[in-house]
Amino acid sequence: MDKPENPQFQDPANSSTDSEPLAKPEPAHGRFSRRAFLAQLGAAGVAATATPLAAAAQIETPETQDQAAAPGAVPVTLTVNGREYQLRIEPRVTLLDALRDRLQLFGTKKGCDHGQCGACTVHVNGRRVNSCLSFAVMHQGDRITTIEGLAQHGQLSVVQQAFVDHDGFQCGYCTPGQIMSASALLAEPIGPSDDEVRAAMSGNICRCGAYNNIVAAVQQARGNRNPSAV
Amino acid sequence: MQTFRYSQARSVEGAVRSGGTFLAGGTTLVDLMKLNVLQPSAVVDINPLPLAQVEALPGGGLRIGAMVRNSDLANHATVREQYAVLSQALLSGASPQLRNMATTGGNLLQKTRCYYYRDTNYPCNKRQPGSGCSAIDGYNRIHAVLGGSSDCVATHPSDMAVAMMALEATVHTQSSQGERSIALDQFYLVPGTTPDKENVLLPGELITHVTLPALAAGTRSHYLKLRDRAQYEFALASAAVVVRLHGRRIERVRVAFGGVGTKPWRSPEAERALEGRDATTENFRRAADAAMADAKPLRYNGFKIELAKRALVRTLETTTQTA
Repeated sequence: MDKPENPQFQDPANSSTDSEPLAKPEPAHGRFSRRAFLAQLGAAGVAATATPLAAAAQIETPETQDQAAAPGAVPVTLTVNGREYQLRIEPRVTLLDALRDRLQLFGTKKGCDHGQCGACTVHVNGRRVNSCLSFAVMHQGDRITTIEGLAQHGQLSVVQQAFVDHDGFQCGYCTPGQIMSASALLAEPIGPSDDEVRAAMSGNICRCGAYNNIVAAVQQARGNRNPSAV
Repeated sequence: MQTFRYSQARSVEGAVRSGGTFLAGGTTLVDLMKLNVLQPSAVVDINPLPLAQVEALPGGGLRIGAMVRNSDLANHATVREQYAVLSQALLSGASPQLRNMATTGGNLLQKTRCYYYRDTNYPCNKRQPGSGCSAIDGYNRIHAVLGGSSDCVATHPSDMAVAMMALEATVHTQSSQGERSIALDQFYLVPGTTPDKENVLLPGELITHVTLPALAAGTRSHYLKLRDRAQYEFALASAAVVVRLHGRRIERVRVAFGGVGTKPWRSPEAERALEGRDATTENFRRAADAAMADAKPLRYNGFKIELAKRALVRTLETTTQTA
């Protein structure tokens, strides 16, 4: 495409902001993470025959990611969990990949990467969306909330606590997406029954099949502590 | 995914002039770009455009901006009360997350879920004109029984468009040639020998809004979707009915099907078989037979014909039953 000459266009690819200082994202979670530990193991050569897991973890360290900024990258400012991040990323980087690979917010999971499983569910301006089907560059100025942003002052949210109370998970991989969906659901026009909760949670697939406990957790969070019998 | 140039539209005119592929909710485009089915070199983000309003029209009817999200349209008070078929169709589609993203304009332009279209390892006339159709002699359980050709039998996947077809919606667009209005019934094309051409939009033509006509008092409507699971699945067959009775006599009816046609499938045959007749199951069944008279089953999708007939009969029963 030729460069649009229309002044009504704002084209991030052509705006010259190379001189802007880029804040280096810091891991949003604690200092000691499984991911960082494994990465260090790999770097120190302790795992001489690196396991696939260690190798995968190493790839995701911030150092290697910074070098990955490809030609065609554009400056993107994202507001995630109340914090502003300035990045240089290609327009084809999805919101999901930006959260995980650039902002080190690994709570949001990549499942199918095609909007079919719901593991990547986050809130954009309070509404739940599939972060895998959206480009990060589309979300400048949006208020993004991930699973890491739900707990306040060390206190689990109502939905998080309900999932703990009802054992609403098994392997846990879909759980951040389930909880983000359930949290948004509280503000949506959804009927009181268990079936309506199931329909409202249908965008989140649980391969372990923890659905009954998930429904119970959602009902508790909605204040329906005695959901109708299954 | 291939690289592309990204820009944001600041006006409808600017978007139309850009020459880029329009990016709205992203639920189809981003998905298909990841699969390399679509490889636009330039993408124009139209999310900043002020097209997200639902407004009552002065003379009755509704004006729906192209960027109105599916969830907002489905839950809009006027849509719920006066255009139930549309609200039901929208809420039967996709998942809550996807409905929060997907837009009115984008939904009309949804791409088929044909497995072969979505997989670049297979020939597909829709994706790559002239390469052949893998579905006609392949696994075609989800494919069309109406409107197909020897080049393509892919279904249009939208539920919303089926409801809008029964509501006789009009699509409003803007292009470098100016504005125009297209009856939804005239908007989609059957595949014929050019399955890559799915609608009458010109290159660069942007859908700005959709209008729905006012419905006469006493009109009822309903959408029934039949599929492999209860939620979050595309239709194998669906029926949209908008009907007005006088006593037990069907004064006016509009019928459309989803899941069975190469486009959202309006059925004038069913409408003719119903109007002026009494609302009886026997007449409903006759209309269903008329609607599917030209249906052509493929190896694995013959069940859709009876399924669509029953969907119509059930939907007519639902909309005409006395309270």
